[in-house]
Amino acid sequence: MAKDSSETKVKKDRRGFGEKYAAAPTPVKVVAVTLLLVLVYALPLLRPPILTTNSIDFGTVMFRVIAFALVALGLNIVIGYAGLLDLGYVGFYAIGAYTTAVLTVYHYSWPFFLALPAAIVVTMISGVLLGAPTLRVRGDYLAIVTLGFGEIIRITVQNVEWVGASAGIKDIPHPTGIGAKPNPPFDQGGLFQVPRLQWDGFVPIVDLEHKTSFLAFGSRDAVPYYWLILTFLLLILIGDRMIKASRVGRAWEATREDEDAAELMGVPTFKYKLMAFALGAAIGGMSGSFYASSQAGYINPQSFPLLLSMLFVATVVVGGSGNRWGAIAGGALVAYLPERFRDFADYRLLAFGLALTVLAVWRPEGLFPPRRTRRAKAAEAEIDALEEGTENEEVTHA
Amino acid sequence: MPDTTPDTTPDTTLGAKKGRTVLRLTNATLRFGGLTALNDVSFEINEGEIFGLIGPNGAGKTTCFNAMTGVYALTSGTIEFEGNDLAGRKRHKITKLGMARTFQNIRLFKSMTALENVMVGADVHSKVSFFEALFRLPRHRTTEAEALERARELLNLVGIEGRHDELAANLSYGDQRRLEIARAMATKPTLLCLDEPAAGFNPAEKQRLMDLIRKLRDRGVTVLLIEHDMRLVMGVTDRIVVLEFGRKIAEGTPAEIRDNPAVIAAYLGVEEEDAS
Repeated sequence: MAKDSSETKVKKDRRGFGEKYAAAPTPVKVVAVTLLLVLVYALPLLRPPILTTNSIDFGTVMFRVIAFALVALGLNIVIGYAGLLDLGYVGFYAIGAYTTAVLTVYHYSWPFFLALPAAIVVTMISGVLLGAPTLRVRGDYLAIVTLGFGEIIRITVQNVEWVGASAGIKDIPHPTGIGAKPNPPFDQGGLFQVPRLQWDGFVPIVDLEHKTSFLAFGSRDAVPYYWLILTFLLLILIGDRMIKASRVGRAWEATREDEDAAELMGVPTFKYKLMAFALGAAIGGMSGSFYASSQAGYINPQSFPLLLSMLFVATVVVGGSGNRWGAIAGGALVAYLPERFRDFADYRLLAFGLALTVLAVWRPEGLFPPRRTRRAKAAEAEIDALEEGTENEEVTHA
Repeated sequence: MPDTTPDTTPDTTLGAKKGRTVLRLTNATLRFGGLTALNDVSFEINEGEIFGLIGPNGAGKTTCFNAMTGVYALTSGTIEFEGNDLAGRKRHKITKLGMARTFQNIRLFKSMTALENVMVGADVHSKVSFFEALFRLPRHRTTEAEALERARELLNLVGIEGRHDELAANLSYGDQRRLEIARAMATKPTLLCLDEPAAGFNPAEKQRLMDLIRKLRDRGVTVLLIEHDMRLVMGVTDRIVVLEFGRKIAEGTPAEIRDNPAVIAAYLGVEEEDAS
């Protein structure tokens, strides 16, 4: 072990961040993780300069960032692990949102925390219903079928009076808080209140005017929503890690690599593809459910355009398909950058398109490719170096 | 360089002792449109033998493999594996019954490590459910530890020590072939089907492969071998079936096959009477 680490140091540390972390002693790990968690939870209150958006509420942006990261994490299971190109993911997002809206306000008046699991179950079932017939087709065909699914959901919703048709559903209630005052804007009170920082240039000032109430969800402050969805993101992240490092994760990867060989090695590929699809759908539905009951409390069919599906796929590809941290980073960037540069609103899509093109040319494996891609590239480079060496040798010999 | 002629005298007495039939093909016929790839082929493989399936290119060897492992469905005839009719069975179920194979053109899970490749095979008999894996329940942990240990042991057995965490794609050609054998062995097969495992090997590697095949047989695995290399087939098998144009033209011990005029004709072609 010691020899190993000294060797790598001499050679040039090629270990990924994850491997370095794994090698650290336990107390270091605990402290590092705790600090990181505190930092992430406190981010919308710290409002660090440069990072903070000025033209739009930073808390709202951070909520969107996490909502996108959650979607990316779900889609990463489908695209990154199981290798199923799903271009209609927005369909599941919409189903989650509409299920929540229908259950909490439009036809019933369930509390949010009851509607959330219901929305997850409904999207999971819809994932199975879509997957069961379509996962028999492969590759490009699956992409086309799912693309159609996303549109079908949007058009159906637009034309069915029972779910509000094109007018959408408004007044979706906020999640029930603890200790929150029962009158608008509902975000006063809570368990306790936390002040936030205000920056004068690079000098922090504690801003006692704007306090965030812990566990009170209302229409003025987005930070409680951010904490809520962040907690769910972390839970999913842990689950993702457990499942990936088990027979299920291996079965997904084997299926992605060579479906026929996997089948002949005893992997029931269809079952595992369906599982990936349903899980991905459930996570998308969860994110949609949070979206529906967030501050605005209003959804309509225009909230779920096809473009959103493309953005979702972009998050996974930008981040590095198959790497959960990459997916989260991709989701965060795709949600954050357009909001940060709102001042250039007219050129946002142009810049985004350019950035994607540049990325596709210079780093096609994404910003944070999975370990396997990095290692394969390293081996390739080594082989190239060796080949060049022998070529030179041949030349000198000649 | 072990250029020694391998043990070419497989004790034929062994063949007689071996009892149970592992695999039985009865009048197996497979047609693709007008092409008859397998024509009324019948043979049996007995427990504990190393069985060779040979024939010139396009004779239907790999087709026969594919029919056995459930890739193609027979047009007529039956394939019985340990008393189970394989007709209509799913491919992964056939593997679970105890038939594992390797591929003529290597088909590993390239961006998984050698160890992970073998563990996929070991997962066949795992009873761990999604929730057991999610919550890291005891069964997940014990099964995972067993699979890991088994995978390591198999990798060492086939000779890939020290490269367990290498991606399959980065292994050398020979190691990739050996990894395929380890992956198939991880499914705990009663019948291991090797599709040209020595393709592209040098004589030393072939020799090692023969040793490995014998070692696997000694572990109680019945081996079905498709091979082009005559020396290897003659050296390691107990019994051989020869296919030509989808038909069985001969069956017997290596010695019998070597002297069989039909086989010689199939491989070398027949000219005039005085040709040889």
